[in-house]
Amino acid sequence: MADVITYREAVAEGLAREMRRDPTVVCLGEDIGAAGGVFKTTAGLHAEFGSQRIWDTPISEQAIVGAAMGAAMTGIRPVAEIMFSDFLACCWDYLANEIPKIRYMTGGQVTVPLVVRTANGGGLGFGAQHSQAVENWALAVPGLKIAAPSNPADVIGLLASAIRSDDPVVFFEHKGLFASKGQAPPDGHVVELGRAAVARPGSDVTVVALAATVPLALAAADRLAAEGVAVEVIDLRCLVPLDMATVLESVGRTSRLMIVEENPYQGGWGGTVASIVADEGFELLDAPVRRVAAACVPLPFADVLEELVIPTADSVTAAIRKLVGY
Amino acid sequence: MTGEAGTTADVTAGISADRLLELLEQMAVIRGTEQAAHDLFLRGLVKGTTHLAAGHEAVAVGASAALRPGDYVFATYRGHHHAMARGASPTECLAELMSKATGVCHAKGGSMHLTKASAGMMGSYAIVGAHLPMAVGAAWSARLRGTDQVAVAFFGDGATNIGAFHEALNLASVWSLPVLFICENNLYMEYTPIGSVTAADNPAADRAAGYRLPAEVIDGNDVVVVGEAVARAAARARAGDGPTVLEAQTYRHFGHSRTDPAKYRPAEEVERWLARDPLDVASRRLAGLGVPDAAVAAARERAGRIVADAVADAIAAPGPDPASAFSDVWADGGAAWRT
Repeated sequence: MADVITYREAVAEGLAREMRRDPTVVCLGEDIGAAGGVFKTTAGLHAEFGSQRIWDTPISEQAIVGAAMGAAMTGIRPVAEIMFSDFLACCWDYLANEIPKIRYMTGGQVTVPLVVRTANGGGLGFGAQHSQAVENWALAVPGLKIAAPSNPADVIGLLASAIRSDDPVVFFEHKGLFASKGQAPPDGHVVELGRAAVARPGSDVTVVALAATVPLALAAADRLAAEGVAVEVIDLRCLVPLDMATVLESVGRTSRLMIVEENPYQGGWGGTVASIVADEGFELLDAPVRRVAAACVPLPFADVLEELVIPTADSVTAAIRKLVGY
Repeated sequence: MTGEAGTTADVTAGISADRLLELLEQMAVIRGTEQAAHDLFLRGLVKGTTHLAAGHEAVAVGASAALRPGDYVFATYRGHHHAMARGASPTECLAELMSKATGVCHAKGGSMHLTKASAGMMGSYAIVGAHLPMAVGAAWSARLRGTDQVAVAFFGDGATNIGAFHEALNLASVWSLPVLFICENNLYMEYTPIGSVTAADNPAADRAAGYRLPAEVIDGNDVVVVGEAVARAAARARAGDGPTVLEAQTYRHFGHSRTDPAKYRPAEEVERWLARDPLDVASRRLAGLGVPDAAVAAARERAGRIVADAVADAIAAPGPDPASAFSDVWADGGAAWRT
């Protein structure tokens, strides 16, 4: 394969690699077959694996995720696609009440090795019902693992871990990153769930980011480097398991923490990160913990309005500059 | 309610007296366990709530008799009878209700979530309708793995108005999956007559045609009728002919849940249904097959002893290990959410 691939191609490549190595991996979702998915993230899979491995479904989110759960409990490793993460609300019973609880409430009698993939986040002008970053919804439910890659190599590596996991994983693919490019990882590339990456080392301030906010943080770090500020960017990669060891170690060196999230400030995942640092790393800090998150409003349609609501390279740069000057 | 089930006179063939006596005993064990659960609640030994299935025994026992060991069953929060019909013991069910370590879910599920996965009883679910798509998925899984297993979803009449019911029937039909949708229509959606909130006379069966599925309304209080209908539906499913909807007409002897005395049900309706108690229906069939009353009485006595022993064993069992509150969130047995 090519040395450089897009994030979008990485999704299909990651799925294909796992489907080749494990015949029990089966995909289902709306338009994922011959159509290749509305975001083309399953392009080529139907041609390679056929209709017994790649299943087109009706627009029927409860049936998709409910059937995936039943199959996962009985010997299959399903990968269910929910086209836009906003639509998770249509099958939220399964994510909130069924999938994360059945193992626990049966005293460990069953496992649910499934992946729910979904296109998450804004930046494409799709309006309030097709643009939300909803990773914090999943974080509110004990019993779900949560991955949200920021680059093509991590898409492939985290998909491998998610599909091989015997636990349910919600896999957030960021719509705004589908066209982005990166190095294609070698065969066998696996990124363990719950291991953050230091995307850029630095000594002055720690910026914790996820998915599409990683490139924002990296862009801000580039600009601030010209001002003599060394920003360390941590790509969390997963929200559960949450790699706080890497965050706390970094804050121990920089003494400043900024969190950049695309989900709303109210109930956003950064609140959990901040509270752990407040509990366990208070003495490490020389400044308040700052969060740059989406405003607590529905996502507006117009791009000039959307930019005012979700984090941008400008808003992240300004916030880091202010924190460093505290 | 319309759609009265057919008479039972024509379906006695095909079951031996010995087999029917076994089924009667199983039903009596379930009845006794449900009564024990009720009594133990009043003694303060069962906490939370219960949704007793006394009156519904023939659906579970008849269906289970027609299924194979490898088949999958998904049930509702009114699911004690399905757990026991599939092989959970009265002791482990009562122990679960009594928060004991020996409970079938180690006291982490409770009355509404009895599960015996090793016997194909894949769970009791307390969000109405949620398990129907799961049963579809288990049937899909059987297809993908190339087995001839079938999956069964048992649900109440109240589940027929929730979206998951309709999504499940549609997907099962378009994929022609080996799944049986078995409605236990006990006439009441909790406290409300199902007919007053449903735009169909037979809430499950009448909807089936809209999904190109065959359906039957059957006498859910006759274990033989249920067994034969489930056997037909399972044979269709195993032959690759797709799903079936069965609507078993039955009646609960207790209220919806522990706190419901069911005073909203007309006395003559209750009387009419109690006269068709599934245990009595089976006993009459046995008499018709020439089985002496003494043999039936002996079966019911055996059932009584099994239940009495189960109560004693469950009471004597230890409470849960405190460490179990923090186990089995994940497949590795643990609950860690941070690294």
